[in-house]
Amino acid sequence: MTDAVPALSLAGVNVAYDGYRALADVSLNVAAGEAFGLVGESGSGKSTLLRAIAGLAPVTAGTLRVEGETLTGQRRGRAFHARVQMVFQDPYGSLHPRHTIDRQLLEPLAIHGVDATSPRILRALDEVGLGAGFRFRYPHQLSGGQRQRVAIARALILEPAILLLDEPTSALDASVQAEVLNLLEQVRAERGLTYVLVSHDLGVVTHMCDRLAVMHGGRIVEELPADDLVAGRIGTDYTRKLMVASAGFRRGSDGHGHADE
Amino acid sequence: MSEAGIGSGQGTRAWLLSEYPASRMQARLGRAYATWLRFAANRLAVVGLAILIALVLVATFAGVLAPHSPYAGDLAGARLLPPLSPGHLLGTDDQGRDILSRLIYGSRLTLAVVLMVAVLTAPVGLLVGTVAGYAGGIIDTALMRVTDIFLAFPKLVLALALVAALGPGIENAVIAIAITSWPPYARMARAETLAVRHADYIDAIRLMGASPLRIVLRHVMPMCLSSLIVRVTLDMAGIILIAAGLGFLGLGAQPPAPEWGAMIASGRRFILDQWWVATMPGMAILIVSLGFNLVGDGLRDALDPREAER
Repeated sequence: MTDAVPALSLAGVNVAYDGYRALADVSLNVAAGEAFGLVGESGSGKSTLLRAIAGLAPVTAGTLRVEGETLTGQRRGRAFHARVQMVFQDPYGSLHPRHTIDRQLLEPLAIHGVDATSPRILRALDEVGLGAGFRFRYPHQLSGGQRQRVAIARALILEPAILLLDEPTSALDASVQAEVLNLLEQVRAERGLTYVLVSHDLGVVTHMCDRLAVMHGGRIVEELPADDLVAGRIGTDYTRKLMVASAGFRRGSDGHGHADE
Repeated sequence: MSEAGIGSGQGTRAWLLSEYPASRMQARLGRAYATWLRFAANRLAVVGLAILIALVLVATFAGVLAPHSPYAGDLAGARLLPPLSPGHLLGTDDQGRDILSRLIYGSRLTLAVVLMVAVLTAPVGLLVGTVAGYAGGIIDTALMRVTDIFLAFPKLVLALALVAALGPGIENAVIAIAITSWPPYARMARAETLAVRHADYIDAIRLMGASPLRIVLRHVMPMCLSSLIVRVTLDMAGIILIAAGLGFLGLGAQPPAPEWGAMIASGRRFILDQWWVATMPGMAILIVSLGFNLVGDGLRDALDPREAER
């Protein structure tokens, strides 16, 4: 892992919105083909980190490298867009409400000047487990899980090497969550993709990822292999607290969850 | 809603409302049909649409429908005849011209004014608003301050000043109305753009590498279009009234053009004794304005994006 060029490399990255520091000196390396998790409470900067990589957040300092190439500012070249794609948290907000599924999938192909779009769109739909029947439907005719599958198909249609996943299942029902996670695992196995997965659900991250980083207040508190987290070999108090909170939440939702719903 | 129809009618309906359209065209037509169903559920909107279709037909076939010439009158024998006179259903004016024929030909002028103003203002307002909203920063400030300047003038007064400068006439009236009516569209489009520009689907398309131009044209504008259509339709009544007002003041269409506002103005002199000369074009303006308002209201319900989300 040390001699190969990392798929993704961040050094001292800062992100600030109007003086508010959302990310503070974040450094991390993700190897090619690795599934890397980012966990932390709300507002800890996990999503901002993904958006900074994608060029959707204002990076004020530090360097970002994708496969050894340095990215500057918020501008990204065409090659970047073909290498790095993202799946957003809310499948109800990430698909254009006035475009058919066909149009949503056609758009990236048209932008990148890809020919023979029709077979590619059908293949992309097939890959995420949606038949050709879904091709000309509008997003409002799909369920949340189906929408998220479309969003994944859209992210994959340019055949990227790195996929940024911003809580891809947190807006979905528990049963659909498992389906989408299985789909993501299967796609990664087939294509050898590099994943950066953001989640507040430690269970999802330990299931999906080889390694993870714990974030708090815009900083990385701890980096550790997923197995260590499961085994409880934890280095910092914050991670322990997060784990206890996560477990406590799970017990609580088993016992009293239905009273609130 | 009548579900009864012949076999092929039901087949077409099922094809249009299919949950699994098989082509781009079918998806588009199905969406249009669903919008039409929502529109048609509103009886008054359908009445309004019927009025507008009648207006278009009357304007198209004015030459066939009008019983007399709109310009040549019978000064000796047919001056100021009351309505229901033989041969003159709505009476004649002070120059012996048939009012019905003038109204029928006048519908062409009304329709022309409305269409030209819509074609001139809506795209300008949409473009200025979406570009300002999406670009932000200095471009936004510059464009919106220009818009504010135009908004600060009273509409009719600015139109008057422009017509006074350019000279009276229907074309200049159109230009004057167009210049004064685009700013509200720009504001509305900007507000809608600000609401969608940070949506995930816009971020997603940016991440696909789309250029700002492509994002504005293909992804932001469709979101602004339906409220713009509603707003323009509702404004049509006001535009007809301004055109008629300019005509009334002698700054719009010039005699002998059968423009409805100018007809009211010329009938003003005998409004007490020969009421029909001014009343008939007034009724025409009222009916057409009502038609546009009813259709606008219906479109607002039919095109409401929250409605379409379901």
